Amino acid sequence: MTMKTSTRQVNGVTVVDLSGRITLGEGSVVLRDTVRDLLSKGNKKILLNLGEVNYIDSSGIGELVSAFTTVRNQGGDLKLLNLTKKVHDLLQITKLYTVFDVKDDEAKAVKSFS
Amino acid sequence: MQGEPDPKAPEQIAYMSGRRVSYTLDSTLETVNSAEETASRIAAEAGFGDEDITRIAMAVREAAVNAVLHGNAYDPGKKVTLAFERTAVDLVITIRDQGGGLDMSKIPDPLAPENLLKTSGRGIFIIRSFMDEVEIHPSQAGTEIKLTKHVHGSNLDGKEASQ
Repeated sequence: MTMKTSTRQVNGVTVVDLSGRITLGEGSVVLRDTVRDLLSKGNKKILLNLGEVNYIDSSGIGELVSAFTTVRNQGGDLKLLNLTKKVHDLLQITKLYTVFDVKDDEAKAVKSFS
Repeated sequence: MQGEPDPKAPEQIAYMSGRRVSYTLDSTLETVNSAEETASRIAAEAGFGDEDITRIAMAVREAAVNAVLHGNAYDPGKKVTLAFERTAVDLVITIRDQGGGLDMSKIPDPLAPENLLKTSGRGIFIIRSFMDEVEIHPSQAGTEIKLTKHVHGSNLDGKEASQ
């Protein structure tokens, strides 16, 4: 099972819809490449919609952290939207839930970037 | 009859003895995925609920990642051994690599504030969070990690265990 991404622009924010698994190997690489590509095009307000991500491993968590710090270091911001229970629980136990800005309403999330 | 080896079929080199089954696997990414899938299947057969199945499978995945990447470092000459054993009260999973032995002193606390934004180092922590007992035995011949999940409390016999 691979991970798929698609991006769309909403009021100056790039919403990335992800689905599948963010795990060691393809999933992590796809996420990394997607964020890198967005930054290279000057898209620095990134909202990762994880509503269809039902599984993430420690490598995937590392990739989320990497994306977060990379975007922040370039003066942008990266937020998470619509966590599934499994991803939510994992971010809780790793204490990353409070590090990331986690949203559950897309319109409010988009607004929060401005 | 000897057919073509299928790297995605760990059962080909499985040895079953009573309630114990073990697999000898290559140091590849496929091993990580098949270890997770096998753990999920065996945990389901053992009667664990969905949440526990996910946790067991994830712990096994993380242990397999450690064995393949950090232990054997993808060395094709080194194998990963994965064993499952059912006792009356436990599911015990052992993952062994042939690497240089995990240096426990170099495993940072991923919850420490200075480590929160590190991109790696959470595998062992996740394993400990999801399993009831975790033993790690590093040696010069490799690292063995033993994961235990108590079966009681599951719906193994169709009723909740009473305390």
